[in-house]
Amino acid sequence: MERFKFILQKEFKQIFRDKGMLPIIFVMPIMQLMVLSFAATFDIHNINLEIIDKDQSPVSHQLISKYEASSYFNIISNLPYDADNGESLQKGEAVIILEIPKDFEKNIIQSQPTNLSAKVDAIDGMSAGVSVNYAQSIIRDFQDDYIQEHGLLLGKPSMNIKISNLNWYNNSLNYKFYMVPGLLVLLVSMIGMFLTSMNIVKEKEIGTIEQLNVTPITKAEFIIGKLFPFWCIGMFVLSLGLTLAKLVFDIPIQGPLYIVFAFAMLYLFVVLGLGLIISTLADTQQQSMFIAWFFMIVFVLLSGLFTPIENMPGWAQDLTLLNPVRYFIEIMRNVLLKGASWADVKMNFYIIGIYGVIINSLAVLLYRKTN
Amino acid sequence: MDRLKGIIKKEFYHIFRDKRTLLILFGIPIVQIVLFGFAISTEIKEVKIALLNQANDEASHTLVDKILSTSYFQVDELIQNEAGINESFKKGKIKAALVIPPNFESDIRKNNTANIQIICDASDPNTGTQIGAYLEGQIQGFIYGNAQKSKGIRPPIQINTEIQMRYNPELKSAYSFVPGLITIILMLICTMMTSIAITREIETGTMEVLLASPMHPATIILGKVIPYLALSFTIAIFILFLGKFVFGVPILAHFGLLIFEILLYCLVVLALGIFISTIAKTQQLALMISLFALFLPTMLLSGFIFPIHNMPLPLQMVTKVIPATYFNIIIKALMLKGATLAEIWKETAILGGIFIFLVGVSIKRFNIRLG
Repeated sequence: MERFKFILQKEFKQIFRDKGMLPIIFVMPIMQLMVLSFAATFDIHNINLEIIDKDQSPVSHQLISKYEASSYFNIISNLPYDADNGESLQKGEAVIILEIPKDFEKNIIQSQPTNLSAKVDAIDGMSAGVSVNYAQSIIRDFQDDYIQEHGLLLGKPSMNIKISNLNWYNNSLNYKFYMVPGLLVLLVSMIGMFLTSMNIVKEKEIGTIEQLNVTPITKAEFIIGKLFPFWCIGMFVLSLGLTLAKLVFDIPIQGPLYIVFAFAMLYLFVVLGLGLIISTLADTQQQSMFIAWFFMIVFVLLSGLFTPIENMPGWAQDLTLLNPVRYFIEIMRNVLLKGASWADVKMNFYIIGIYGVIINSLAVLLYRKTN
Repeated sequence: MDRLKGIIKKEFYHIFRDKRTLLILFGIPIVQIVLFGFAISTEIKEVKIALLNQANDEASHTLVDKILSTSYFQVDELIQNEAGINESFKKGKIKAALVIPPNFESDIRKNNTANIQIICDASDPNTGTQIGAYLEGQIQGFIYGNAQKSKGIRPPIQINTEIQMRYNPELKSAYSFVPGLITIILMLICTMMTSIAITREIETGTMEVLLASPMHPATIILGKVIPYLALSFTIAIFILFLGKFVFGVPILAHFGLLIFEILLYCLVVLALGIFISTIAKTQQLALMISLFALFLPTMLLSGFIFPIHNMPLPLQMVTKVIPATYFNIIIKALMLKGATLAEIWKETAILGGIFIFLVGVSIKRFNIRLG
């Protein structure tokens, strides 16, 4: 026990000695949480729209004023002719070019079908789809208003089903409620994994590992001594992050918070274990960082935070089952926003618990091999 | 000149001696491109929903059949009461629920009107609202189809929109992910490699030896950078072809211009790496800065995942100091739009400016350090 205390003391000292690292460990994640939460939104507005109004009629002006009034669109130019032929798309100035044909008003008055055309910059397929939906919803609104104003309804609909669309768990559709806890998970994971993955390999590189190996400490003591300080740092950053999330972003906490913390304790064990494995396998700090970064980018993009897991092909969905980040993000979302209880999320605990045991046994095993 | 050659040779030797790192450097882009090109998708499909059908009559069955006729929705479970919906949401089993009230059919018959509830899991607001809107669309389609069948009415005005998706007509997500990944991967590999190449020499003390030699510091830096420039450039071209041949992402621009822009970006990020090495004293700190401080911000603020024009104004300003933001625009315009220099000269000039700034500051800091 005495010996173990010394190991911990040494590890803590090593971390806190490097004054340059302290802001990276404690300030950087919190700063990123505060700033990046504002960036991560799919809430689309200010879509740059160019209108080519070949009709120049009162009716076409009515449609255009609908676009002007909408906060989704930002009309960058309104021309009576298509002089540039898609140039503003090419230059990236406009996302949509909407063309109103010459006989727009005439067709509408005569109840003839009329065709608008839209050219869309679809490089980013996702926001292109959403932008087009918004553009069309304005046309639909225009259509409905026109029908109401002119009382042109021919016949009466045979059934009228009222659809009420309810948004549970986040009815104000606040993107930050979803993103802040998710980003916090990413940041805590990154710190844990990057720091541990560099740790043993650093001792290898500067040669101090030899000194440790001749001391009478056991492998398990060694590994736990390496893990524990980073585990504390991870828990600290998580607590700090959650506190700020509540104070700054007013993140709802519907379920019992102890579930989140209990899960984090197990979770960090997995992430740190992964870092240790990388550290024992790598020859240089640089190598270990590349490997850690590689895993991290895979974990982040397959976590379901930025793109839903349900949208992925089957094999990728199966792959996410190996991703620890996925389980933590699920816990955050289910407990904080939906108020899930232990019974709802116990599967995640079992999985991550077993995961932790496997990973850390592997870490001890591989560490032995390197000696 | 001979001295410069000597350093270049030495540094190349360093790179090629470490076969594992080389393997990692080329392996990472392959796995990432393949994984994300295939796995990441923002399309909604096979969404699991719960169905609470309190009516169980013919009309409600027809409606449900209509909704399930597309591949977008799957009934995960038939639920008996409202509480069951909450349960399923908390376990994360479903994304939406459809509630059909009792007497659905007779309501329609008697009062010509009925109510339906769509409940979405809005803890992820983007996915939630998208699913809600899609379900609503399906139901409206059902109502409209029914009305046409029974009365043969048609709306008095009909406005159709012909939509032309430019640059990415099939809305493939690989089209935006492949160029985006080139930006991100180059950024991290280049900054990490150069920042460490210099701090390593400082940490192991060999930098002193180099500096004591009669070489100009600029020669030393240049000699260190050129091999990494060659390596990063090779990696960039490698990813480019991977994107082209695995995903058919087009490369429409003039190849010479593309090469020039990639070289420019490589230079900028290499200069960033040198700048970091003038701040960091240890390899660990250099790696943590290049990796931890740059990873999430470049991913989230460069327009790689989230469109910049959705961000709040102060944050849009922040995106303007990130080199990846400009290269992201440049490479997408070059590959997918076939842009010419005239269309991207502004971004190119800014990247050039950032390069000169970083080099200038680095030289200054480097001199201070020597003194």
